[in-house]
Amino acid sequence: MKRIGVFVCHCGTNIANTVHCDQVAEVAKDFPGVVYSCDYKYMCAEPGQQLIQDAVREHNLDGYVVAACSPRMHEPTFRKCAERAGLNPYMIEQVNIREQCSWVHADKEKGTEKSIDLLRMAVAKARKNEPLSSSTIPVTKRALVIGAGIAGIQTAIDIADNGFQVTLLDREHSIGGRMAQVDKTFPTLDCSACILTPKMVEAAQHPNIEMVTYAEVTAVDGFVGNFDVTIRKKARYVDFDKCTGCGACQEKCPKKVSSEFEMGLGPRKAIYVPFPQAVPNKPVIDAEHCRYLLDGKCGVCKKICPTEAVDYEQKDEVIVERYGSIVVATGFDQFDISKYEEYGAGRYPDVITGLHLERLMNASGPTAGKIKRPSDGKVPEKIVFIKCVGSRDEAKGRPYCSKACCMYVAKHATLIKEKMPQSKSYIFYMDVRTGGKSYEEFYKRTQEQYDGQYIRGRVSKIFQVGDKLIVRGEDSLIGRPVEIEADLVVLAAGMEPRADAVALARTLGISYDQHGWYTEAHPKLQPIETHTAGIYLAGVCQGPKDIPESVAQASAAAVKATGLLSKGELTSEAMIAECNEAVCAGCGLCISVCPYKAIEKKKVSERVHGQMKERVVAVVNPGLCQGCGACTVNCPSSAMNINGFTNEQILAEVDALCQR
Amino acid sequence: MSTVEDKKQTAQDWEPNIVGFACNWCTYAGADLAGLSRMQYPPNVKLIRVPCSGRTNPQFVLRAFQKGADAVLVAGCHPGDCHYSTGNYFTRRRYLLMQRLLEYMGIDPRRFQARWISGSEAPKFRDVVTQMSEEVKALGPNKKLREEL
Repeated sequence: MKRIGVFVCHCGTNIANTVHCDQVAEVAKDFPGVVYSCDYKYMCAEPGQQLIQDAVREHNLDGYVVAACSPRMHEPTFRKCAERAGLNPYMIEQVNIREQCSWVHADKEKGTEKSIDLLRMAVAKARKNEPLSSSTIPVTKRALVIGAGIAGIQTAIDIADNGFQVTLLDREHSIGGRMAQVDKTFPTLDCSACILTPKMVEAAQHPNIEMVTYAEVTAVDGFVGNFDVTIRKKARYVDFDKCTGCGACQEKCPKKVSSEFEMGLGPRKAIYVPFPQAVPNKPVIDAEHCRYLLDGKCGVCKKICPTEAVDYEQKDEVIVERYGSIVVATGFDQFDISKYEEYGAGRYPDVITGLHLERLMNASGPTAGKIKRPSDGKVPEKIVFIKCVGSRDEAKGRPYCSKACCMYVAKHATLIKEKMPQSKSYIFYMDVRTGGKSYEEFYKRTQEQYDGQYIRGRVSKIFQVGDKLIVRGEDSLIGRPVEIEADLVVLAAGMEPRADAVALARTLGISYDQHGWYTEAHPKLQPIETHTAGIYLAGVCQGPKDIPESVAQASAAAVKATGLLSKGELTSEAMIAECNEAVCAGCGLCISVCPYKAIEKKKVSERVHGQMKERVVAVVNPGLCQGCGACTVNCPSSAMNINGFTNEQILAEVDALCQR
Repeated sequence: MSTVEDKKQTAQDWEPNIVGFACNWCTYAGADLAGLSRMQYPPNVKLIRVPCSGRTNPQFVLRAFQKGADAVLVAGCHPGDCHYSTGNYFTRRRYLLMQRLLEYMGIDPRRFQARWISGSEAPKFRDVVTQMSEEVKALGPNKKLREEL
């Protein structure tokens, strides 16, 4: 039988005013298990804690109950106090007779009565307390960053600068991501490549960063501190150790393919680097289009290569690496504008998206920076922009705002006017949302200095007459229909999650919302973390963002990851689930309700009637369990329990509350 | 005559005993906030702190009625706000079913409530507790499922 002590706190007059603390302490002496009980003015103060420690030693207490404020306030204090008295910190209970009693009940007699009930409850629980300890898990001091756009690059550089090894992985064969496709950046109009490429090179040359491009994550096992990640490195058919990046193969390759990087506006070869500033700047062979790999004829690149780097025999390589933490920075896809039939997207070559226009404006793009219509190469004069295409449109399943479009349209209108002073931009908008430092000013300049004409209203139809696109819409501010004969129409296509975002989320075991954006652990207070410990988010994969926000989140993710890696070991929670293997039937119902994937099946062998038998039981991973208790309720055989909130403890509390 | 009056007097004085299961993150915090804001409510509901409303095994509810509780409250974060992301969805499903079962067994649905009270909803906590106390007081002591004393 445990020897329990009871300490009733007055909290100055906070409790004592509406509760007879002395009476409560007196009544408690008769509770089963209580061998000592007293009251004192301030239990949390130094003399109060000393009083507790002295009583523990003098009365040889196994545990104690403090009746005071909320355990959310002082439970850590009294646990530490127990430790100093030589007790296991989990042998104590704190019962809330201030926030939930003295402060809310003015009637002193009733308050006293309730305090006694609550105290009886806590004593009943404390009698069932068992010493608990937290276990430790070693941490692998390496991070994996999935996705090497600006967010991934920034995360990798920050983690690496903090002295940890990072693997920066991308499925494309150059790092750079979406930002590499962008011509200029708002609101300063500095060229995207000029600020991005130095970062790409820095990442590539950083001694702590290992770049793994043209590779994908196919499986993730393990848990926080120790993720075992299976990576498939796609065959490049070029030996990077031998290749010097001279570019001769690209020049001679006879096969032309429409370039993904140029949004289909220009050609590339079957052996190619996607853009001139690519990192690594060595080509790969696109097996889907290479004549040699398809039907064994050609082989020009192999013949021309001065270093014999071309290797048609290369195969995909699968490696398994261990990482302590993972940062997901997989970015976004541009909304598929062909879903807007009324805009003729896909039918009319001169109805393009913002990213197309970026490529048309870029000096190293398919038109060398001259804005020309994709259909006939003519220089457009009247350009119409339509905003919120694939954003804020419930009918298209995209009710959210893509956030960056208002600003990039303003940027496009400004740049077009600069390049072609005779041109005129018309911008159809629903609202203009330019929240952000210097953003509103930029938008104003677009209107006032760069002659961008903003028309509030939706466009209902676009159709072709001759070589003009007739844009028919409504100016809802004056309530009149408008019709513009445009040379070029740019749809400000919104952002949407990567087509395979959900598949990756399932591989990683992180959650995602109805659209496929990855869900943060808390929308306000944990915007970087996922529900899976050790996995963090950076950039647009969590939701639409512009570049500064992506970079900020990337650095934040790096801090989170570094914080985890800098610990030698992780301490797991003490109050977590535990499976009683003797009772467990191995049904696995607990596995299905665990939000943290913390429960696994394992085989145990035991001797039954002289024979060794194997059976399956559930086992809780202390590194992952957060102690929610969902498994305990689902367990048909009561094998699952939460330490500190066991079935026996809660039932004892129920019994004590009902027994009056 | 006097005995009837006595009985009336006893019924007037009778106070229900209500067991509450409060999730640590929302409802328990909401109850603490009610205290910090010095809100007043009847002392009939006594809270048992659980990590998550989804930790509340229906067995605990049945045990409370068996041992003499007049009503039981299970309260946690609003659906969608669970600290453990999905715990209260289980609570919601489980206790819709539970309430129907209890009703079938003859327990008035007002004696068993599952409510969503966030950490900032101190007034809601006060209102739920007050309303429940008043309703159960009007219903009188629970006799169903109750163990013979």
